[in-house]
Amino acid sequence: MESLIGLLVGAPLLGAAVLLVGGRRLDRVGHWLASALAAVSFVLGAVLFAELLGRSTDDRTLHSHLFSWVPVEGFQADVAFQLDQLSMVFVLLITGVGTLIHLYSIGYMEHDERRRRFFGYLNLFLAAMLLLVLADNYLLLYVGWEGVGLASYLLIGFWQHKPTAAAAAKKAFLVNRVGDAGLAIAIFLMFTTFGSFAIAPVAEAAGEAGQGTLTAIGLMLLLAACGKSAQVPLQSWLGDAMEGPTPVSALIHAATMVTAGVYLITRSGALFNAAPDAQTVVVVVGAVTLLFGALVGCAKDDIKKALAGSTMSQIGYMILAAGLGPIGYAFAIMHLVTHGFFKAGLFLGAGSVMHGMNDEVDMRRYGGLRKYMPVTFVTFGLGYLAIIGFPYLSGFFSKDQIIEAAFAKGGTQGWILGAVTLLGAAITAYYMTRVMLMTFFGEKRWKPDAEGNMPHPHESPKTMTIPMVVLAFGSVFAGGLFKLNDSFVHWLEPVVSLEHGHSPVSAGTVTAATIVALVLGVGAAWLQYGRRPVPAEAPRGSLLTRAARRDLLQDDFNHVVLVRGGEHLTRSLVYLDGKVVDGAVNGVAAGFGGLSGRLRRLQNGFARSYAVSMFGGAAVLVAATLLMRAV
Amino acid sequence: MQLLAETATSTGEAVQFWVLGTVAVIGGLCTVLLRRAVHAALCLAGTMIVLALFYLANGAYFLGIVQIVVYTGAVMMLFLFVLMLVGVSAADSLKETLKGQRLLAACCGLGLGILLIAGIGQISVGGFTGLSEANAGGNVPAIATLLFTRYVAAFEVVGALLTVAAVGATLLSHRERIERTKTQREQAEERVRGGVQLPPLPAPGVYARHNAVDRPALLPDGTPAELSVNPTLRQRGQIREVGPEALATLAALEQRTADHHGRSREERPRTQGNLPEGHGGSNLDEQEAPK
Amino acid sequence: MSPINYVYLAALLFTIGAAGVLIRRNAIVVFMCIELMLNASNLALVAFSRMHGNLDGQIMAFFVMVVAAAEVVVGLAIIVMLYRARHSASVDDASLMKL
Repeated sequence: MESLIGLLVGAPLLGAAVLLVGGRRLDRVGHWLASALAAVSFVLGAVLFAELLGRSTDDRTLHSHLFSWVPVEGFQADVAFQLDQLSMVFVLLITGVGTLIHLYSIGYMEHDERRRRFFGYLNLFLAAMLLLVLADNYLLLYVGWEGVGLASYLLIGFWQHKPTAAAAAKKAFLVNRVGDAGLAIAIFLMFTTFGSFAIAPVAEAAGEAGQGTLTAIGLMLLLAACGKSAQVPLQSWLGDAMEGPTPVSALIHAATMVTAGVYLITRSGALFNAAPDAQTVVVVVGAVTLLFGALVGCAKDDIKKALAGSTMSQIGYMILAAGLGPIGYAFAIMHLVTHGFFKAGLFLGAGSVMHGMNDEVDMRRYGGLRKYMPVTFVTFGLGYLAIIGFPYLSGFFSKDQIIEAAFAKGGTQGWILGAVTLLGAAITAYYMTRVMLMTFFGEKRWKPDAEGNMPHPHESPKTMTIPMVVLAFGSVFAGGLFKLNDSFVHWLEPVVSLEHGHSPVSAGTVTAATIVALVLGVGAAWLQYGRRPVPAEAPRGSLLTRAARRDLLQDDFNHVVLVRGGEHLTRSLVYLDGKVVDGAVNGVAAGFGGLSGRLRRLQNGFARSYAVSMFGGAAVLVAATLLMRAV
Repeated sequence: MQLLAETATSTGEAVQFWVLGTVAVIGGLCTVLLRRAVHAALCLAGTMIVLALFYLANGAYFLGIVQIVVYTGAVMMLFLFVLMLVGVSAADSLKETLKGQRLLAACCGLGLGILLIAGIGQISVGGFTGLSEANAGGNVPAIATLLFTRYVAAFEVVGALLTVAAVGATLLSHRERIERTKTQREQAEERVRGGVQLPPLPAPGVYARHNAVDRPALLPDGTPAELSVNPTLRQRGQIREVGPEALATLAALEQRTADHHGRSREERPRTQGNLPEGHGGSNLDEQEAPK
Repeated sequence: MSPINYVYLAALLFTIGAAGVLIRRNAIVVFMCIELMLNASNLALVAFSRMHGNLDGQIMAFFVMVVAAAEVVVGLAIIVMLYRARHSASVDDASLMKL
């Protein structure tokens, strides 16, 4: 049974290799092959899930050692997998959503001549992501981490003929490097501190290290998580990443890869539990990002960028929950999974809308689409209800739990966090309602595209609608299923050591407050966008709106602080190097050169001149001898 | 029997020293200062003979004779031979070309001289031993004894050195032909290929009144042919140039002759054979083709 | 008169020879000046021999003569070669060994 784990990773890897190496002759079957291999992975995952279910609660961890990678004394890096409950959740999410999105892409990328390559990249991503969540040591996890980064880069820049896409890919890659450096440093620190970077030994030894070291490791891991999960301050790449094809946005930049940071923090829970300072920083980052993403999502007119802001915000929820410690890990993962369903569904819906609207992304040019795309409307609507936390849908359960956990943090911190999460819930309701209203309701604001073709909205083909329907089911029922008997939480309990905090407010009160926040948000959005017609041109808006449209000035901040600062630093270093270092070196060289030039005159080629120096030397010798005798 | 440690030499020797010493110094100075190398060599030979006399006076009879025979007789003659080879008249300009060389040389010379003399002056000399005892059995046998006993190794080495020097000198002055001698045919081909003047050079212009090889011949357009006279004459400045006046006179003469015969000037070549020889107006070409 | 005067004379001649080497440009004359210096040293050696009452100084002078003879042979051969190659016996003309 353990050997299936290797196959689980191997199937998409094989697909990627075959598709990327195979060349044009695979153009006609490539997409089906890739989708089949993703499905194989999913089936294997399901088989393994059944196997784990069949075991007792304490015995639900499978190990699979493939080979020794770096067998050096004192530095044992293995390619070995560890499948436990947490990994299992991710495996099912990744392969399940992944398979659906493969299927969707078949329709979505139908007219793209580089479709085979696209599917190769998708398979590469699946393999890397599975490697990430299945690795039993941080080094292998790092390989997967870099692999998903690579796949993300390739897929964001898939339409590299568009300069914006190429620039976005570069940006995502560069910003991710910062986070990757954090992960690398964290691994170095683990190795020097614990003498190992395997996950289990590090978790066991976590309590023994000094507080400073643990905090440093925690902060470095958090930096890595920020890079990959687009958290403040490394959040700037996610909005631009929407330049990639929509299935990519759905799979990588909504459902799976961006949640890798949450996985990393949950996986390293033992380290964070021992480092409360690092945890506090995690919570702060989560809270800030939660509001940041929500505000950005409110202002964007580009449907995908609005959803990207939402993703950022929802991952902020998860990071916040993960930062709460044992009271939050399970809820973070639960929200992650439900979010995977509804956000992937929303993105696929957005893709379907764009598909029908000549790739128009501006929501101010949509309007009244519900009659033209009924399936998309219904699935998107269900995803919308799920994300805003409509009672008894997925988001309702998972978000509610996080808000409760935030209050349960206790003390002033708990109240602040609780308030922030509630505020976030209200804003979520506002901006999602805005998206919904602007896209599917109101009057038509369609405009011809650049080539003058008026859009003819139509329902998308089956390959696209079926995944949307499946994901909509997930959005609706997953939360309830998980909540049933707290089965999800109990499933994860052996891994994440669940604790129940002591909430100062009762669960019922929290639920009521959540629903009130939801109603307020939806109401505000309806007042602004539902009751009166949406202007086709964006109004100038308040200062905050304008800032939010510019992603709350994150790029300007980066430009001023990092780019300009870096330029100045480089310029001064170049100046220093040119004038001081080179100046000193060249000065010494020039000095010796000049001296040599003078001394060279002595070497004039005339034997008599040399004879003079010989006789002079002889005279000096005689003088010295006489002097010595006199003394 | 003489004392082992004398304090002074005889008066005769003192007189000899002061007279001959002056000669030796003058000889040395002349060697350095005379412009012609032959003179310098002769002065040096004189100095060497004086030194030979000093050797004799100092009891080094063998060395004195060797000095005269080998140095003055052989080595200096070798110098003279080489001087002959290089050119006796090669006078050396005493004008200094190197900047500061003469000043430096004077400083070095004076400094070294003063230092040496000061050094010698420091040595306290109460008396000296003299060679009467060492030379008791004769100077040559005594030197031979030393040379073939204590210094025999050095003697052998020096012998080897002389041999090597002789071989080396032979080797240096020997010039080996490293390429094949060219045949006459190859030389001729080379000359043709090189574009040098192949036929004989034009003969000079010979006039009856001069009958001279020092006048250039005239080319058909009336200009003098530089190649027709010997370059050595030109270098010595013994060429009689054919000036424009002479050329004009010649042209007028020819014109008159043509008028006299009643023919146009253009037909002149056909009638040139009728020109009187004594007119001196014809050049070599005309003389060679008389009708 | 003390035989030390011979040594003074030798020093004087040696200095004259040295100055000649520095001043003259004709290689043969330079060479003759070197001979003068060697002879001066020989004179000193002979005088020392007399002052010390043994013949070692004369032996040294003898060796100096032999070496000088060897040197003259080789040196003159070199001068002849130089003259053949450059058509000049001036030591200043052979000044290519410089930058």
